[in-house]
Amino acid sequence: MVEPAALSDFEAPRAGLAVSLRGVTKVYDNGVMALGPLDLDVRKGEFVSLLGPSGCGKSTALRLIAGLSAPTLGSVVVSRPVSVARPAGAAGAGHSIGFVFQEPTLMPWTSVRENVRLPLKLSHAPAREAAERVSAALTLVGLAEFADAYPRELSGGMKMRVSLARALVTDPDILLMDEPFAALDEITRFRLNNDLLALWRNLRKTIIFVTHSVFESVYLSQRVIVMTARPGRIGAEFRIEAPEPRAEAFRTSADYAGYCRTVSGALAPSYQGQSV
Amino acid sequence: MNTLQPPSLAAGQAKVGSRPLFLARILLPVIVLAAGIATWEFVVRLHDIPSYVLPAPSVVFQTLLADWPVLSQSLLTTLLTTLEGFLAAAVGGVALALLFNQSKWLEYSLFPYAVILQVTPVIAIAPLLLIYLPQQTAVVACAWIVAFFPVLSNTTLGLNSVDRNLAGLFQLYGASRLQMLRYLKLPAALPFILGGLRIAGGLSLIGAVVAEIAAGSAGAGSGLAYRIAESGYRLNIPRMFAALLLLSAAGIVIYALLALTSYLVLRRWHESAIGKDN
Repeated sequence: MVEPAALSDFEAPRAGLAVSLRGVTKVYDNGVMALGPLDLDVRKGEFVSLLGPSGCGKSTALRLIAGLSAPTLGSVVVSRPVSVARPAGAAGAGHSIGFVFQEPTLMPWTSVRENVRLPLKLSHAPAREAAERVSAALTLVGLAEFADAYPRELSGGMKMRVSLARALVTDPDILLMDEPFAALDEITRFRLNNDLLALWRNLRKTIIFVTHSVFESVYLSQRVIVMTARPGRIGAEFRIEAPEPRAEAFRTSADYAGYCRTVSGALAPSYQGQSV
Repeated sequence: MNTLQPPSLAAGQAKVGSRPLFLARILLPVIVLAAGIATWEFVVRLHDIPSYVLPAPSVVFQTLLADWPVLSQSLLTTLLTTLEGFLAAAVGGVALALLFNQSKWLEYSLFPYAVILQVTPVIAIAPLLLIYLPQQTAVVACAWIVAFFPVLSNTTLGLNSVDRNLAGLFQLYGASRLQMLRYLKLPAALPFILGGLRIAGGLSLIGAVVAEIAAGSAGAGSGLAYRIAESGYRLNIPRMFAALLLLSAAGIVIYALLALTSYLVLRRWHESAIGKDN
């Protein structure tokens, strides 16, 4: 099986790029053209949001980058650092990528600890090292004392944190997030937004964040990519310049409101004059 | 973070209200049973019905005690057959479902025959099996035929009910087929498998009884169903009732044990088990 991510072995991306999509098109088996052609470069350490209407192929793009599905046309290149020490057993194409789904997607039959350990268990990491990494990841998301709880005993926000810890436990270079906070209430979502920003500042991962919330995309990212309705293409692109570190103050600033207005404007063609 | 939510008022009230309800669920059937037995006893005594027509409950009970050496031996035989049939059904059903899950070709080739085996009445197959197989093997085979299908179909359903995103995650982390099976598909299918086993437990008893009845006239059998058939020929009606009572009790115990197992295995995570203490 030739996974797109494996292309990086012989097709080196331009220096400084974490992800590079060229002419990527996805046509589903039923003939529906979901995506593309799409060109997208994401720098290492960048926080990019993909924003667009439902069904525009944002999630498809993410699945392509993760190697969970293959593009019909075009190339997906995901870089891996050469000189950085990898956790034992965590080498291989998929392992430099962490994925967070819209649902927490936890295994209900086992504890939080075992859920977070899963990626390490699948790559046969040594037990001792795995245990350390799991507790480090849980501490990172503030759930250290819930390691022995079962998913059903946690609130929606906490489940999402477990999901995030599981994505971080392999110390991936790239974090792909598919509308991770969409199902949460607004207060929990704001909280997790701030936590995610703090994580990103400290760990400097490349984050590609799919959302359908204008406000969330502006608040979180350095770059917002607005996608058109199906088939998804890049409609507009905005660089969000805001003083670092961003915090609640940014949410109430005039800059924030201005960006939100501009981005909403760019999104307008995909919902105006169309029956939904 | 809202970690521990206090139980809502409505839930608290429901709990208080559910205690008499719980007692009623235990007490009512017991009262009905007692009333039924009392009426039966009364009618038999009132009309002085001879016990070869309808034995009084007290006579059945006395027979149960008096014939205990014979009946307990037969009970043991039937339970052993049931257990063997059940184990064969559990292992065979799960194994076949796993094979089907790994290979679509195998599933397409064999599944129709599993259905045919299931829909053909076992009472009609039993005499044939008794001709071609040694008696004990034939009896176990009957129990197996009746009991394996619910395990097979439930396990198949369970293995196909895996969360798509979770499967994607396993793929992302390069899980092997074996890891996928062991860490994802089997645990996800567990509630379904246990549901199938619960049905299979009762069915394997039925299968064992059917085979014993079919084998009955051959004479070599000694299970409870054979005792019932034999007592029937001898017009020993009280013993028929006593054996029937034991069979029924065995069925209840088998079901209760499997339900308890299912509860103990699933209580920490599955909705079906959580509903009871929450």
